[in-house]
Amino acid sequence: MNALAQTAVSGAEGSRPWWRRPAYVPLLATLALFVAMAGAGGVLYHGFLSPQVFLNLLIDNAFLCIVAVGMTFVILAGGIDLSVGAVVALSTVLVAELVQHHGWPPLAAIALVLGVGTSFGAAMGVLIQRFRLQPFVVTLAGMFLARGTATLISVDSIDIDQPWLAAVANLRIAVGGGSTLSVGALIALAVVAAGALLAGATPFGRTVYAIGGSESSARMMGLPVDATVVRVYALSGFCAALAGVVYTLYMLSGYSQHALGLELDAIAAVVIGGTVLAGGSGYVTGTLLGVLVLGLIQTLIVFDGELSSWWTRIVIGALLLAFCLLQRLFRAGR
Amino acid sequence: MAEPTGTMAASSAPASRWLRACLAHPLFWPVLALLLLLAGNGLFHPGFLALQWRDGHLYGNLVDIAHRAAPLALVSLGMTLVIALRGLDISVGAVLAIAATVAAWTIGHAPNHGLLPLALAIAAALATGALCGLWNGWLVTGAGMQPIVATLILMVAGRGIAQSISGGQILTLYYAPYAFLGNGFLLGLPFSLFVVAALFALLQLALRKSALGLFVRAIGHNPLAAHVAGVRARAITLGAYVFCGLTASMAGLLVSSNVSSADANNAGLLLELDAILAVALGGSLLGGGRFSLAGSLLGALIIQALTTTIYAVGVPPQVNLAVKAVLVFAVMLLQSPECRRQARALLRPGAERRA
Repeated sequence: MNALAQTAVSGAEGSRPWWRRPAYVPLLATLALFVAMAGAGGVLYHGFLSPQVFLNLLIDNAFLCIVAVGMTFVILAGGIDLSVGAVVALSTVLVAELVQHHGWPPLAAIALVLGVGTSFGAAMGVLIQRFRLQPFVVTLAGMFLARGTATLISVDSIDIDQPWLAAVANLRIAVGGGSTLSVGALIALAVVAAGALLAGATPFGRTVYAIGGSESSARMMGLPVDATVVRVYALSGFCAALAGVVYTLYMLSGYSQHALGLELDAIAAVVIGGTVLAGGSGYVTGTLLGVLVLGLIQTLIVFDGELSSWWTRIVIGALLLAFCLLQRLFRAGR
Repeated sequence: MAEPTGTMAASSAPASRWLRACLAHPLFWPVLALLLLLAGNGLFHPGFLALQWRDGHLYGNLVDIAHRAAPLALVSLGMTLVIALRGLDISVGAVLAIAATVAAWTIGHAPNHGLLPLALAIAAALATGALCGLWNGWLVTGAGMQPIVATLILMVAGRGIAQSISGGQILTLYYAPYAFLGNGFLLGLPFSLFVVAALFALLQLALRKSALGLFVRAIGHNPLAAHVAGVRARAITLGAYVFCGLTASMAGLLVSSNVSSADANNAGLLLELDAILAVALGGSLLGGGRFSLAGSLLGALIIQALTTTIYAVGVPPQVNLAVKAVLVFAVMLLQSPECRRQARALLRPGAERRA
């Protein structure tokens, strides 16, 4: 059940401390598991529990976080967006090409890229809503188109050495105690906050939840279903483009083969964060947790340092399995 | 997806009734898309559609398309059932790689008596596929995980498992009888076509001559109602995932036999996306319920025809993906009843409004 329904129910049942509200239990269970995994890492590996390690989770996964926020909205509305990785790659190639080879000022290139991403998403949304095409197929074709366009613009990787972009990429903001965050990580946090507000406190967010719950009921209630669906995909495209900009800063290069498989990581993050793939239920903050969990799994492997490339894959799969099974256990138990 | 037959009582001649029945058939649009693709190729490249009989085999681009589409067709058949049950299996590519590696390993380690290595390899690969399917099915039905996450786990770990079996190497096969699976000919046609045809026939038999097809549709439309009505949803869903794993391993046998090697990293890469695309193009609902096996086969043929068209047109490699995307959009729009309705409304502005 979404936040509104749950608060209505629990409000009627009398006051309950907020952490025991049924709606929040899955989130808290996920958080508890995250803490447990981090604790296990701290026991196993020396230096694991330093603050910078956890801030690095945000720095290294900032682009995934932004993409996952956009993906959350799409999944909440009952759809799916497989094109986000390709849009990220396209954004990196566009920024690199415009700034390095055509001398565009970086901010202008970034503005153009954000516009391209949003229109791309909106176009897919129109196809899905107007012609009743299946989101999976439309966004899959969108993925081919975006990656194809990126390859058309440049087959090879383009390195970025434009001074302003390089300076922003290397900028580290101190957050106390000697720990630092990158610009990308701050953008990611801002996007998560904005997303949570958008989902929980605006008519748009409420409509998204309603559509995910039951599109026909939402339509009968008089909600602007068609416009909202297009906006949701446009939002996902915008987030993908913004993530592309952050990724460009992170890698300081533009390459059509960047972010391969990112869409699956984003979907995994959203689902681990507690959102149901069928739509209608879930939180944006859960997605942030999902991203952190994925990042934590990667960090555990890096700290181990002894796994060959194929054992890495097996261990990632096993950790993912353990996490999801425990999540199911928590949910079934309450 | 059936078209409304309208109120045109005037034209009740047999020919137009037959035509309307054709248009209303759910397979009409996939067939049309495939025919358009092939016809387009035939127009631009004279001799594209030619078939020759040489060395006791049938040669030609059409045979080639069907032969190359065989692994995808097999996986699409398995994927159709899983999707019809409101599930999803994105691990088929990884399962294909595991099965191919297991088959290659078995051949390398089996005693070399005639056809024994071949039999053992096939048995081992199929058993592996069934086991992977059982694993996926248990996670979905037993542990209650969402199908996309449950199969994501095997998708991530699967290639690692395949690589640990192969020791990180690409295993090359030096066993001649094994190559028959992917490269052999039977009655003049590639053996892979017979494998697909046999599986399709078996599946149709099982779904139509028993209540299985009815149960699958019931579970897909409304799982709770089916459960309350006494349908054994869990067992059937588990069986569907096992079958999907089996088809992936069969595809793995064909692929590894075709190139006489097993590549744990690249075999079946992105196959799951193509399989789901084939199922969608064939007219099955991705939300579960209505499905069409023949449609999925057509979808696989369409995708392979798309790939062949792109190569035949001779576009530079970097344009490949973009062209594929445009063609997929075109096929999708063609098949969407909503799009056809709006196109008709545009072309006949004075026509009476239909409800």
